[in-house]
Parts: sequence; structure tokens; C-alpha cells
Amino acid sequence: MRNSIENTTVIHNAVAAADAEVHAILQAMESRNSGLALNRRGFLKLTGFAGGGLALAFFLGNEEALAAAAPAPEFVPNAFLRIATDGTVTILSKSPEIGQGIKTAFPMIIAEELDANWDRVKVEQAPINPTVYGRQSAGGSRSIPSNWMQLRRAGATARAMLVSAAAAEWSVPASECTTEKGFVKHSSGKRLGYGELAAKAAKLPVPDEKTLTLKDRKDFKILGTRVTGVDNIKVVTGQPLFGIDQVIPNMQYAVFEKCPAVGGKVARANLDEIKQLPGVTNAFIVEGTGKPTEVMPGVAILAKSTWAAFSAKKKLKIEWDESTASKDSWSKFVAQAQELGKQAGAETLKSNGDFDKAIADSRVVEAFYTYPFVSHAPLEPQNTTASYRDGAVELWSPTQTPDGALRLVAGVLGIAPEKVTINQTRVGGGFGRRLMNDYMCEAALISKQAGVPVKLQWTREDDMQHDFYRVGGFHAFKGGIDQAGKLVAWQDHFITFTADGQRPVSGGDMSAEEFPIPQLANTRLTQTKLPLQIPCGPWRAPRSNAIAYAVQSFLAELSAAAKRDHLEFLLEVMGEPRGPNAEGTLNPARAAAVIKLAAEKAGWGKELGKGRGLGLAFHFSHAGHFAEVADVTVDENKKITINKVVVAGDIGPVVNMSGAENQVQGSVIDGFSTMLGLEVSIENGRIQQTNFDKYPLLRIPHAPKVEVHFIQSDFSPTGVGEPALPPVAPAICNAIFAATGNRVRSLPLKLDGYHV
Amino acid sequence: MRVNINGKDQVLNDVDESTPLLWVLRDTLGLVGTKYGCGVAQCGACTVHLNGAPVRSCSIPISAVANQRITTIEGLAGKNGKLHPLQAAWIKHDVPQCGYCQAGQLMSAAALLKQTAKPTDADIDAAMSGNICRCGTYPRIREAIKTAAATRATE
Repeated sequence: MRNSIENTTVIHNAVAAADAEVHAILQAMESRNSGLALNRRGFLKLTGFAGGGLALAFFLGNEEALAAAAPAPEFVPNAFLRIATDGTVTILSKSPEIGQGIKTAFPMIIAEELDANWDRVKVEQAPINPTVYGRQSAGGSRSIPSNWMQLRRAGATARAMLVSAAAAEWSVPASECTTEKGFVKHSSGKRLGYGELAAKAAKLPVPDEKTLTLKDRKDFKILGTRVTGVDNIKVVTGQPLFGIDQVIPNMQYAVFEKCPAVGGKVARANLDEIKQLPGVTNAFIVEGTGKPTEVMPGVAILAKSTWAAFSAKKKLKIEWDESTASKDSWSKFVAQAQELGKQAGAETLKSNGDFDKAIADSRVVEAFYTYPFVSHAPLEPQNTTASYRDGAVELWSPTQTPDGALRLVAGVLGIAPEKVTINQTRVGGGFGRRLMNDYMCEAALISKQAGVPVKLQWTREDDMQHDFYRVGGFHAFKGGIDQAGKLVAWQDHFITFTADGQRPVSGGDMSAEEFPIPQLANTRLTQTKLPLQIPCGPWRAPRSNAIAYAVQSFLAELSAAAKRDHLEFLLEVMGEPRGPNAEGTLNPARAAAVIKLAAEKAGWGKELGKGRGLGLAFHFSHAGHFAEVADVTVDENKKITINKVVVAGDIGPVVNMSGAENQVQGSVIDGFSTMLGLEVSIENGRIQQTNFDKYPLLRIPHAPKVEVHFIQSDFSPTGVGEPALPPVAPAICNAIFAATGNRVRSLPLKLDGYHV
Repeated sequence: MRVNINGKDQVLNDVDESTPLLWVLRDTLGLVGTKYGCGVAQCGACTVHLNGAPVRSCSIPISAVANQRITTIEGLAGKNGKLHPLQAAWIKHDVPQCGYCQAGQLMSAAALLKQTAKPTDADIDAAMSGNICRCGTYPRIREAIKTAAATRATE
């Protein structure tokens, strides 16, 4: 008995430690420290590369973080811009490409200020070395805001040097020269290509950044246009790009079976039988580290082909010791939360004004909202190719956080981080899943234990059953409307989960400043946390993806109870523009502008007839302001048709219009797909869903039309991988209410009988 | 066993007959453009052409396609390297996000255009509903198919 208690404690410590790591990853992703004011070290010329030309080295991202990691470092450039004598412009891209389009957006910013000919721009992927390259990760929609100014200055610096070189060649003042599409031109009509000037420019001093003039937004020729992805040609012709496409000499194909309930350990397995199967070369138990972010206990099988490994995995018979395994049950959580929702929460996160007095004098609306756990389900199942030899390991992996993986893998193997080499591959979908590198740790450890290079391939079932899920949750709301129909009191009891008994799990926390709390005089936000063992993590627009559904739906309930027009009501709650607004905070003026634009473009207020309605919602996240209006028809059998979703967003100036629109359209489709039919239900610690037949991602016939409008304000540009997703679910739920009078208080919609 | 892949006869020794076509393409022949997504013919990432018709290669044993004609994404462009109108349209419309599903999407779309030169929205829905795009590039897939159909008509 005593033993079992100790084991439970150990496992819980491991789960809590893993959750702390996931928290730290998310925090690093969302850090607002940026390179904006940190360009003091400027640019360096590089010499001595083959073929000659002009090469500038500079630093992207957060120099302060680098300085904190290694006190007073030398200037270590982490990005390179090179103009070869044939006119080719090459830049080194340091961040992972996960479908967010960064590998195209970064060079566009440089090319703009350089006045380069886009057709001559090439992009190369940088090696993984955070000592040199600083942050090398993709998440939190932070890549653009962190690197915007420095990329522009890089282009402008090179341009100034090329202009100086041409002016010297012609013996004319630089002020008489202009640039266009890879040429310097003189007012007399003479012109020279950048390639012709590159060698001469390389002999000139690097100009002081203070002397540079950056372009006015109205003069942009590349930024804001539609540029197709730099890797698209490889994608459409099927060339090897992804983690799963990697092949190394002598590698064996590995699979890894873990306990379906997290925390379980291998008691015994039919290893001898498995080793006899055709194509199987080895099978063994991996004890692991017990941390879901690293390696959980399981059985590894190695084989001569993926199929031999998959086939053998099906024949595995493992007896699990589940004494320390998760017993989590979604149906029990729901029942508990429904009881808890009847009272105030255990902790008070925020209390403003006098909620009790305000509610006593007003018309009261109460509602209880539920949303489920969901899985990331990127289409490329987790995989990593690993070669461990003589105390060092080399990995090829589709990851969002290659920089953090160096230390993580080193720790698991018990080697120094310098002994870990990571090759960055294209990533077949991120959505936050690949911020965690558990599959990379597994591959490394299996290679070490087996003594051969391996390609670890998860099956789809592995992927769906061993995720860091978007945590489910509950909101018990109480709101008060005064005689004039104004919202005067707001209470939210947020019921979430905890792994360590202290703080909510990653993605399950809520800010005390969450809209509309700061906007209102009398508010109370309380919280209760239920214990949870299933690992959770950031899922596209963490927290916001669920909070927006609950908050924006309940606001619409309040305006309906007040018999107010929801557009007018939402703008009233948003309130007047206040003070100077820093990036990363809700700006009521920007919010009101996108809300009005979405409403106008969607024809807000028009009569649509029976069974059809418009729904409006707004959410601010990842520094982006987004309002969306859904136009929805619901028939008497609860069949839903999304006629259109109109999106208005403000992310500052748009870098790549094609990429940005693609992200927004994808966010709307992802949001609808998830709210309609996706849930991960948990019973006895086991995920009930195993593959796409039970986790029905949206398909093309039901993908809504999405109309995208950007307000290109003069604020600095911010990311667009995430902020368009949160308003989708409440906009559609509000439209269903407008069409039918039925309020959806629990997701996914299919639980209420809705279907497409 | 012999199969014809992208116009080339391939002799397969030492391949278990139950191995799905997908894994023969990827592991044995090194044609990794065809992707594994679900293994149960749900996602369409593994779509190839079998005698011109779209099939899910993850669920067809190699023994069932002996002596037949297979076309994969690597064989979609012309022999001279000229892109198929769909590949050109995919680039023009900047369809991919992560890009993982796109080989399967293109193979399904190519089979559709072979059957139906000017597909309607309903034709596209019917032909493409077996292919999941987790990133949600569906609106652009639809546009790109229409562009490719129009290009073909003028060629």
C-alpha cells in the first residue's frame, strides 16, 4: 500500500513537472520581448565566401534573452543576407516552417527594403544552434513582430551600400540614384544590376543605421502583395521535405507502444513472440523518464520496414501496471463541474466594484458553458529519425521548438547538449502539438538502447491517444442588465483543471484582465480547479480558443435578454478608446473598427428569413484584433449550412496578403471543424477516439466561404497564425441563436444534434 | 512481383505481399511524396492513381496491384518536367499551408479532371471529400481546380 502511494506521488510529480515544462514553453513562445529596440549591434560584413559578392550578417530576435543566457556575448550574427555577383539574393531562415508561411514572409520583408527582384531571392534553412541563432522556434504568433524592424534594416543597409557603390562607379552623388527590382538607376538613365555592384559594395563600410531611411508604407511594392510560398514547387511535386521523408544509412524502422492511460508502466510483454515476427529485428521495454514531455514507459519494436513494425505492433500483448495510471473521466468531470457551477469558485481571481449590489438591482441572466478536450491531430503523425553513436546523437525531426529540444534530448540521454545535433525539417502541421518534443526524445532513447539508427514512426492512433490536449473547461456565468438595458454586473466562475494542485494546466488558465472584465464596473471572476493527470498543452490560440466561445456567447445572451441589437451592445461594452495602447493589449478603438467593418461587410441588420441568422463575435489575442460575422442557415432537422463567414482583422500592415488570407481562412475552417464535431472524451484515463473516423475533421463539402478584410493600421505588424480562430465558434453559435432561438451552451455542436 | 510506377517497370523482391502499396512506394522505392496520414483510408494523404483511378495506397496490398499501372505525385508532371496544370494552379493560388496533404489532394484532383473537364462545385465536393486538409486550404483547393480546368480548356 505504502509503495503504491509512493508510486502515485512519483508519477504525479512527473506529470506536474511535465506540465511545468509545457507552461514554460508556452510562456517563452508568448514572450513579448522583441528585437525592436535591440539593434544596437547593427550589421557586419562577411568576407571570404565562394563566388564573392556582398554578405551582411545581423541579429534577429531577442538579444536580451541571448545576453541573459551568456553574459556579455560577442556580437554573434544569426541571420545572413547575401547578394552574389550573379544577382541572386540569399537569406538564411532560422525559424521552423510549420505552414504559417514564415519562410516566405521573412525574405519578403528584406526584399522590400532592398528593392530586390523577388524572382532572384532564395531562402536557405539555418542549422539549429541557439547560441548563434537565438530563439529558433515557431509559436505564439511572435515571429513577425519580433523580427520586423531588423529585417527591414538589413534590406535597407544592403541597399544603401549598393547605391554608394553605383554612385562611386558613376562619380555622381548618391542622392541622384534610385533603386528598382535589383537595379541601381541614375537620373541620366544609367543603371547597374545588384550582382554587378555586389563585389564593389562589399568593399564599402557598413553605414550607420541612423543614416538609413526606411520606406513609407505607401511605397511598398512587395509587402502587402500576394506571394506564393517559397517551397510550393517542392510540395506540389512531392519532393522530400518533411520529417517523415528522412532516410539515413542503415536505419531501422521503429514503433513505440505506451500505456493507453497515461502513467501506466509495462508489467510484462510478449517480446519473444514479437521478435519472431517477419521483418522484426528487435523488441524491448523502455523504462523512460516517466515524464510525458520526455519518454513514458513502453515497448519499442524495430523492424526492416515501417509495415513490418506496424504489423508487429498490432500483435503486441502488454500487461500494463496501471496502479499509477490516469483514471480521469470526462463524464465525471462534467457532473462535478455542473454541481460546482451552482456556487462561487474556490479562489477569487478578480473582484471589482460591488457585484452583489449591482446584480441585486438588475435583471439577471445565468448560463453554464461547457467545452471538451480536443486533440491537435496534425496530418503528419509524429516521427523522428535518430542516430545515437559514441555519446552523441543526430536527429531529423518535424518540431516547432528545435532550440529547446537540444537540452531536452541531452537530458534524457545523459549527454551534454553540445552532443546533440538537430536537423530541421518542414513540419506537417503544428497547431501547438510540436512545441513538445516527446517523440524526439523517444527516438533518441530507442536509438541509444538499440545501438542502431532508427526512424521512429507513430501511427495515427498513437498520435491521437498521446497528445498534449486542449484542456476542456466550464464557465458558470451570471450577468446583470439595468433598466436601460446596459450590462452592469458580470460574474464568471471558471472551472478548469490542475496537474500539480497549484496552478491550472497549460492552456487552462484565465487572465483576470480577460475581456470584458476591465471594461465593467462590477465584476467577479472566481476559479475552481479539478485534479487531472492527462497531459495538456497549447492548442492554436491557447486559452482564447475556448474563452472566446463562452464569453462572446454569453454576451450575446445578455444583449438578447436586454432586447438590444448585439452590434450596438458589443460596442457599448467595449467602451471608449482609452489612453495610449501598447502592442499586446486590447485597444478599444482597433476593436471597434474591426467590429464595425465585419458588421458592415456582412450586411448586419438585414432580414434573412426563417431559419437563417447572422452572429457576431470579437476576440483579441496574440496582439491581433478580430471580429467575425457568421451567416448560418439551420433547417428543422438541425442541419447547419454556413453560408459565409466574414472576418475583419487588424494585425497592422500585412506582410504577405496571400499567406495572411490563407491563415485566416484556415483558422475559420479549423474553428468550425472543431466546434462542430471534435472532442476527445476520456474514460478510465483512456482517450476514446483513435483515428479520423471518430475524430471527424471537416471536409471540403462543408468548408464555409470565408471573406477576409484587413484594416492595415500603422501599428507594427503582428502574427496571424492564431488570432482569427477564437471568434469563429461564438459567431456561429450566435448565428444559430439568431436563426433558431436555440442557445448552444455545450460543444461540440454534434452533441446537440446539429450536423452538416 | 512487378509493378509499373510512373511509367517504369519495377521488380519487387523481398517485399511481403500484404504490404500496403503506400509503404512499398515510401520505404522500398524511396518515392516519399505519397504520405501516410491515417492508415485506414480516411484522410486521403496517400492517394495515388491505379490505372488512372484514385485509390488510397495505405489500404491496398501490393499483391493486389501486381502488373498494374501506378502514378504517384512524382509522376504527375510531364516527362519533360512541365508541371501538370493543377500543380501550376496550386502554386498560382498559393494553396499549401503545411503542405502535407497536398500530394493526395493533387492526385484526387487530377483524377477528377481526367473524368470531368469542367467540374462544378458539386463535382469537386464529390471527388475531393476523401481528402482531409488539417490546415483548411479547401477554399483555395476549389479555386485552383477551377483554374486548372480553365487552363486545360485553352491549351
